[in-house]
Amino acid sequence: MPEIREYIPIVGQSVIDELFFLAEKLEGKTVQNINSTAVGGGVAEILTRMIPLLRELAVDAQWDVIKGDGKFFSITKKFHNALHGVDVVITDEDFSYFVEVNHSNAENMNFLGDILFIHDPQPIALIDKRKEVGKNWIWRCHIDFTKPKPDVMDFLKLYIRRYDCAVFSAPAFSRNLTIPQVLVSPSIDPLSDKNRELPKDIIDSVLERFDIDKERPIITQISRFDYLKDPLGVIEVYKRVKKYADCQLVLAGGGATDDPEGLKVLEEVQSAAEDDPDIYIIFLPPSSDIEINALQSASTVILQKSLKEGFGLTVAEALWKGKPVIASAVGGIPLQIAHKYSGILTYSIEGTAYYLKQLLQDPDYARKLSVNGREHIRNNFLITRHIRDYLLLFLSLYYQDDVVEL
Amino acid sequence: MNFSFYFKTYFHLVKLLRIRAKNPRELLTGIKKVPLSSIYYHTHRFLQQHHYLSPEPPNDFAYWLTNILNLRDLGEQFYGVDTIHFHNLRELRSAFITILEKYLSKSGRNTKCAEGYEFHFMSCTTFVLPTPYVAHNIGEFAEIIRKISPNSLYYHIFEARMRLERDENDFSAWLKGIGYANIAQEVSRFDPYTITLEGLRKKTIGIIERNARD
Repeated sequence: MPEIREYIPIVGQSVIDELFFLAEKLEGKTVQNINSTAVGGGVAEILTRMIPLLRELAVDAQWDVIKGDGKFFSITKKFHNALHGVDVVITDEDFSYFVEVNHSNAENMNFLGDILFIHDPQPIALIDKRKEVGKNWIWRCHIDFTKPKPDVMDFLKLYIRRYDCAVFSAPAFSRNLTIPQVLVSPSIDPLSDKNRELPKDIIDSVLERFDIDKERPIITQISRFDYLKDPLGVIEVYKRVKKYADCQLVLAGGGATDDPEGLKVLEEVQSAAEDDPDIYIIFLPPSSDIEINALQSASTVILQKSLKEGFGLTVAEALWKGKPVIASAVGGIPLQIAHKYSGILTYSIEGTAYYLKQLLQDPDYARKLSVNGREHIRNNFLITRHIRDYLLLFLSLYYQDDVVEL
Repeated sequence: MNFSFYFKTYFHLVKLLRIRAKNPRELLTGIKKVPLSSIYYHTHRFLQQHHYLSPEPPNDFAYWLTNILNLRDLGEQFYGVDTIHFHNLRELRSAFITILEKYLSKSGRNTKCAEGYEFHFMSCTTFVLPTPYVAHNIGEFAEIIRKISPNSLYYHIFEARMRLERDENDFSAWLKGIGYANIAQEVSRFDPYTITLEGLRKKTIGIIERNARD
């Protein structure tokens, strides 16, 4: 794992110094993170990277994981889908079992933190222990729940309202709650395999492996094969632009091999690509971070033409690599792109094709967008900003005013 | 008496107010009822998050009206609100209210945004921290200006004036206090809302160096 000082060449000495200033104000406080898995998934990934960095800043950061059996996790999976707006049946028995597992974890857990930082719905009912252990409790929601199913939302609200505050990744995810709600956007780690600067020979070798011509413009969309990512729309955009500008299209991403819909989308995409030798459809296995990085780094323009999106961190990844990005104005994408300043926001195939043509034909404009885009990510979507927001969040528990002199 | 300048820095923690607007009328309702820290947030966020972009730092209201509702005439009026001329957030809020009320009473067009494109009102808690940098004279001051973070620069120029309702920015006040009234006047005269923070840094250093030469 990288050390905090390794971020100085990327964000500047003053940014790291300021993290130390802030962390000093938390002296004597222990922050105990609790989630449901130590490996796999976005939450575990960010905690794995963040906990060592917080400790380097001298914050006493701890991390505990709740235990659950298959039944518990199949219930929480149903919760997850319902929060995404999917129709699922959750019985009273499911709700009871969920609470029972939480209570059993609560009995066996040492609540040593001054701040209990609970991640996502799985451990949410640990708050039932609040009366007994006291302390400050924060609930961090990493999930996009723009349109959650009311039964699950109502159930979760019974617990959320007993926390000191709730944290969401985008404004649209906030709910009607009686407790304060805070916005903390997710981040990318510029030193991870997916985002670090790759040597040219690695990029070239990845292009060679997939038989992509590095001398000609490359248009890329990285996303799983899913209707919501609109890969067919991307092919249509490419076909419209190809008439005016020579280019290749790369559609790369993963997806569960046991997901029938994913396979259907992949087949449709392959069929739409027909026999066009300039369209590369690449199904990537998990842990293809270097390949994704190389494909993004080699691209001329990157698209993210999603119809629906959570936060859409692939946009931040693309912008960080200094690439001009055209993306749909959905989910968290407008937070990452200011239209015509740091990228292009579009709403249709026609609009995407129009701007793609423009960026391919006007490299100076494309460069200006990409320079601004990279700076925007540097200032707002790197892990150092994420850490800073968390430090402020922890401090906010001890102050009530709008302006706090530390 | 201590004439040293103590550099500070600041950070914002963004709060979600769960107040949303789908059209200009709801935007007006929101602007009327949100706390002043929300007006501050939406008129200064671009300056903080896009401090390398020049020369158009629009406020969030103008951006939403123009780019989401496509109400270019109304958006332009919001772009045109000269933030530097307002001494506090109450006056700034009133200016926005006046524009919207006038617009709604005249044209009556209450264009609604598509679902998912609502304006979300937010506010912020500001945390102010001391930095180790202290200037004892104008030479040290210029040297420190070169190396402080954009946040520190922002704090002394914007936050002090508008959010904390001081008459002038911190740099002008200090420069005047140590006998550099002419430099203070120049620093207070430029409109920081129309240049980037890096531009502001260069301009401030330039004024000090030019005056030192003269």
